[in-house]
Amino acid sequence: MTELMRTVALTKRYHANDEEVAALRGVDLAVERGEFVAIMGPSGCGKSTLLHLLGGLDIPTSGEIHFDGRRVDGLGEAAWAVLRRRQIGYMFQSFNLIANLSVADNIELPALMAGHSSREARRRRELLTRQLGIEAQAVMPPGRISGGQQQRVALARALINEPALLIADEPTGNLDSHSTRDVLGILRGANERGQTVVLVTHDPNVASRADRVLRMRDGLIVGESRLEGRTPSSDLLQALVTVED
Amino acid sequence: MKYPLLAFLATGPAHGYELKQSYEARFSPFRPAVNVGQVYTTLQRLERDGFVRRHGVVETGEAPARHLYEITEDGRGALEVWLRAPVAGVRLREDFFMKLVLARAAGLAAPAELLEGQRTAALQELHDLNELLLAPKLQDLTTQLLIEGAVLHLQADLRWMDLCEERMTQEEVP
Repeated sequence: MTELMRTVALTKRYHANDEEVAALRGVDLAVERGEFVAIMGPSGCGKSTLLHLLGGLDIPTSGEIHFDGRRVDGLGEAAWAVLRRRQIGYMFQSFNLIANLSVADNIELPALMAGHSSREARRRRELLTRQLGIEAQAVMPPGRISGGQQQRVALARALINEPALLIADEPTGNLDSHSTRDVLGILRGANERGQTVVLVTHDPNVASRADRVLRMRDGLIVGESRLEGRTPSSDLLQALVTVED
Repeated sequence: MKYPLLAFLATGPAHGYELKQSYEARFSPFRPAVNVGQVYTTLQRLERDGFVRRHGVVETGEAPARHLYEITEDGRGALEVWLRAPVAGVRLREDFFMKLVLARAAGLAAPAELLEGQRTAALQELHDLNELLLAPKLQDLTTQLLIEGAVLHLQADLRWMDLCEERMTQEEVP
């Protein structure tokens, strides 16, 4: 596998109430092409800050970010916008849907901005809304649908340009177990088609679908679990039930 | 083995081989197969305790003839008591808890290192269970509920490990 993204000694400090807060204190992270990486950690550990920097939504205090063979941490907003339109899909925790556009228009917009025809944009949107079970909501404005549905709209929007990298901040945060499974299915599907996924989650069930689970604490990556994507034998079931005879 | 056999007999008389088949039909993916000898030994014990009695013989034309068993009133009583008794669950991975306590007390290893290994194992197990949940041949309700139960237990284990790490590191770095 080849490397898609890498950070070197990435730091981020904020000023809040005259106090300096170190949100990231030197993160070295390498993500392979086609990898599925989950980041976990307590709130305030810096995981959302890291995603923001990887998606170019915020500027690092120091350190480097490399994406697809070039250094991108010094890029301006416009260059990041192009990158996000074509190569990096970003799914926000707060969805950031446009209130006066329909669900369908919200999802199709990035495809149109990337230069696809309206017909192609509609084809892709219809496929995604069908997979995510939000076809019926297509004509509605985002404000009229549930939080869980908005989340799926945000995911569809992030995926519509088939980005090389999908970054998702708590993609299943508001979902019940059934919808969580749908969203995970979509993420796995995207990953199996070769898209790289980096997500933040507090749900170990979601993290367990990744190739690699990173743990952050106090602005640093402190642990890593590599998981085998094996198909377990059904013998595993026998270990689940112990009976006293 | 004892109570499952009583439960099957509560629906009507049966011989040992039928009971073996019923058991496997109910529990086959998640309990190992039983041998028929085990079933007969259990039936003899149940008979001695007065929970079942013989109810004639099935003529199969083969030797030896198969004895039919039926449940007695005492047997029904015992089954009822067993069925309604709440069950104490395993609350923690006790072996791991012991290692963690000993590692910390004797300074043998950093708890964080042990937690790291245990977390990886738990995440891998979660991964495997989620794969099983999707397996086409394991879609019946009993199996699905069993796996979902194990998934919830693992999630709780992982949360507990986070708590251990948080508290133990707080103490180490005042």
